[in-house]
Amino acid sequence: MFKILEKQVFSPVIKQFVIHAPRVAKSCKAGQFIILGINEEGERIPLTIADFDREKGTITIVFQEVGKSTIQLGAMEAGDYIKDFVGPLGEPTHIENLGTVICVAGGVGIAPVHPIARAFKEAGNHVIGIMGTRTQDLMFWEDKMGAACSELLVTTDDGSYVRQGFVTDVLKDVIESKGKENIPLIIAIGPQPMMRAVCNMTKEYGIKTIVSLNALMVDGTGMCGCCRISVGDETKFVCVDGPDFDGHQVNWSELAMRQVYFKSEEQLALEYKECTCRNGGAE
Amino acid sequence: MADEKAKKKIDPHKHEMPVQEAKVRAHNFEEVALGYDEETAVAEAQRCLQCKNEPCRQGCPVEVFIPDFIKLVAERDFDGAIKKIKEKNALPAVCGRVCPQENQCEKYCTLAKKFEAVGIGRLERFCADRELQKGVTVPEVAPPTGKKVAVVGSGPSGLTCASDLAKLGHEVTIFEALHVAGGVLMYGIPQFRLPKEVVQAEVENLKKLGVKIEVNSVVGKFSTVDELMEEESFDAVYIGTGAGLPYFMGIPGENACGVYSANEFLTRTNLMKAYLFPKYDTPIKVGKKVAVLGGGNVAMDGARTALRLGAEESHIVYRRSREELPARKEEAEHAEEEGVIFDLLTSPVEIISNEEGWVTGMKCIKYELGEPDASGRRSPIPIEGSEFIMDIDTVVVAIGQGPNPLVPRTTKGLELNKRGNIVANLETGATSKTGVYAGGDVVTGAATVILAMGAGRTAAKSIHEYLSNK
Repeated sequence: MFKILEKQVFSPVIKQFVIHAPRVAKSCKAGQFIILGINEEGERIPLTIADFDREKGTITIVFQEVGKSTIQLGAMEAGDYIKDFVGPLGEPTHIENLGTVICVAGGVGIAPVHPIARAFKEAGNHVIGIMGTRTQDLMFWEDKMGAACSELLVTTDDGSYVRQGFVTDVLKDVIESKGKENIPLIIAIGPQPMMRAVCNMTKEYGIKTIVSLNALMVDGTGMCGCCRISVGDETKFVCVDGPDFDGHQVNWSELAMRQVYFKSEEQLALEYKECTCRNGGAE
Repeated sequence: MADEKAKKKIDPHKHEMPVQEAKVRAHNFEEVALGYDEETAVAEAQRCLQCKNEPCRQGCPVEVFIPDFIKLVAERDFDGAIKKIKEKNALPAVCGRVCPQENQCEKYCTLAKKFEAVGIGRLERFCADRELQKGVTVPEVAPPTGKKVAVVGSGPSGLTCASDLAKLGHEVTIFEALHVAGGVLMYGIPQFRLPKEVVQAEVENLKKLGVKIEVNSVVGKFSTVDELMEEESFDAVYIGTGAGLPYFMGIPGENACGVYSANEFLTRTNLMKAYLFPKYDTPIKVGKKVAVLGGGNVAMDGARTALRLGAEESHIVYRRSREELPARKEEAEHAEEEGVIFDLLTSPVEIISNEEGWVTGMKCIKYELGEPDASGRRSPIPIEGSEFIMDIDTVVVAIGQGPNPLVPRTTKGLELNKRGNIVANLETGATSKTGVYAGGDVVTGAATVILAMGAGRTAAKSIHEYLSNK
């Protein structure tokens, strides 16, 4: 059992937990993920590690409530226990000193970008952070990202905070002003359409772009192949070969197609939950 | 005694084990075979000739004292019988159900020369189930040796190795990647062949020996084998991580929605209990017509599971003929009784999907059998121009699994073969790395539960010797 030590609510649908998991905290690196299971009936939910404290033995996760399981997770409080918590899984992000690195974060993707930006900065890079959300209410971790990056640019799609525009708009400005030849690497993490848009743009500039994919998964250890995607000419397993991939090689339409595989079941699970909640948990 | 034996009239047939009726069981996840009752067990045990040379034992990878335990059953000493079995077999309730006895102990049974062999597996299961119902007595454990052993993986191989080492007084910790112990017994073999409650009962027995089980612990990730030895002061490590890497066909369209690896299909259903969705959160989607690619036991499990999940048609698509099916005869027969359709001498060349990426069919080619190949089986040759489209909407790929690379990849100095299997001495389990032993599917490639158990036992013996001299 894994204790939730702290809970923070960033918006009605975005929440942060600090979880006591010393084994994971001891060995995890930027870019890796965990899988958690709430209870006996729970599914295995993969979430990228947003922060860690090796001394305190804690892992921080930030998640958006999108379906039955994440809504259920979001209803848990500090002091509650999560049944299963396993990690670190996946390969860490490859960190090296390249000079300048741009880290682009969209929506809840701000959380996984955070430790990666910090690691690149610690490795001696000038890290330019670009973070954007749909609207001000969904914004979080501006302070943490500010500390993790050398400079930070913030935007909102609707202009309710700082400036109006997509992260791609900001990214374009930065590339144009710095010169594409001065930017060896871009990291982009966020919703799939955002990562895809970033990659479409950076491909034209010819700037290497790494994305972190969150495919559907079951075991997360390379055993089932549920998370397989085409990267270049090869089939890769996101759980063990990734989650980081060269965004210009990813077959985005295939990924999008596989992502909605269980859409009708997800709807059913939500309806079932609402039904059992209304009936006081009885079946 | 000899006269007595000669006088005894032997029933030529094995006592039937009651099974759920095929039409009924094809739509539920309850166990198919229901087990002997006391009277049937005793009567079956009385068929045993008690041969002095014990030929049956040479067919058993863990050398269970077969005639001895059967004699005790015949004498109605059921407690004595299970005790006798457990001297050699840590997982009798599992083995009684899933061992291919027809190729092992029962193959060598003297009765089998003229009649049907003694139902050794059925008797083993009877003894084990009776004990599980009644409450298990914990075998004796040797005084603590002060040595620590890490077992990586809690499948049949790891469980056996851990059990043997614990009985010898070593402090054993099993590290399991998933959230429950049991490995393939939990995620792979379906509930209707091996109830998960039975597996968990066997795991509980192991805990009573003092074995610690750490679930949610992926060795190679939270800690490497080297770190376990250097930082957590384990004196020896046994790697039994199994064949956890699914192979795909490598044909176009395999990443379409509706294509599962057998591992995914079975893991969702067995481990995550997707057949109880939405009470359990993990979903599974099965269409009307399912094609399972492959002809082994895993393929049979997949095809039978598909029926139980509501498929109208479930096909086994296999490129050789019925003769060459690698599955146990009994499994193929059960599948057929339940309505699984066998499309033999057939192999897919492409999976076809619609615009949204969903499987709508499979382009196949027919085969004929040619000369025997290196494996001694007649090799299948594609018939030119025989392509046709099979109308299906779900595909389960069950063409085999390779070794999971997480541990091999992260362990320094561990010799691997070309396929990525760990190289280990089959007589000792020793690897190229001192203090590190390996066995089961990660060494041999996908095989059977009992062979993995045998390897676990062999390694336990060598580890004990190694620790005693250390």
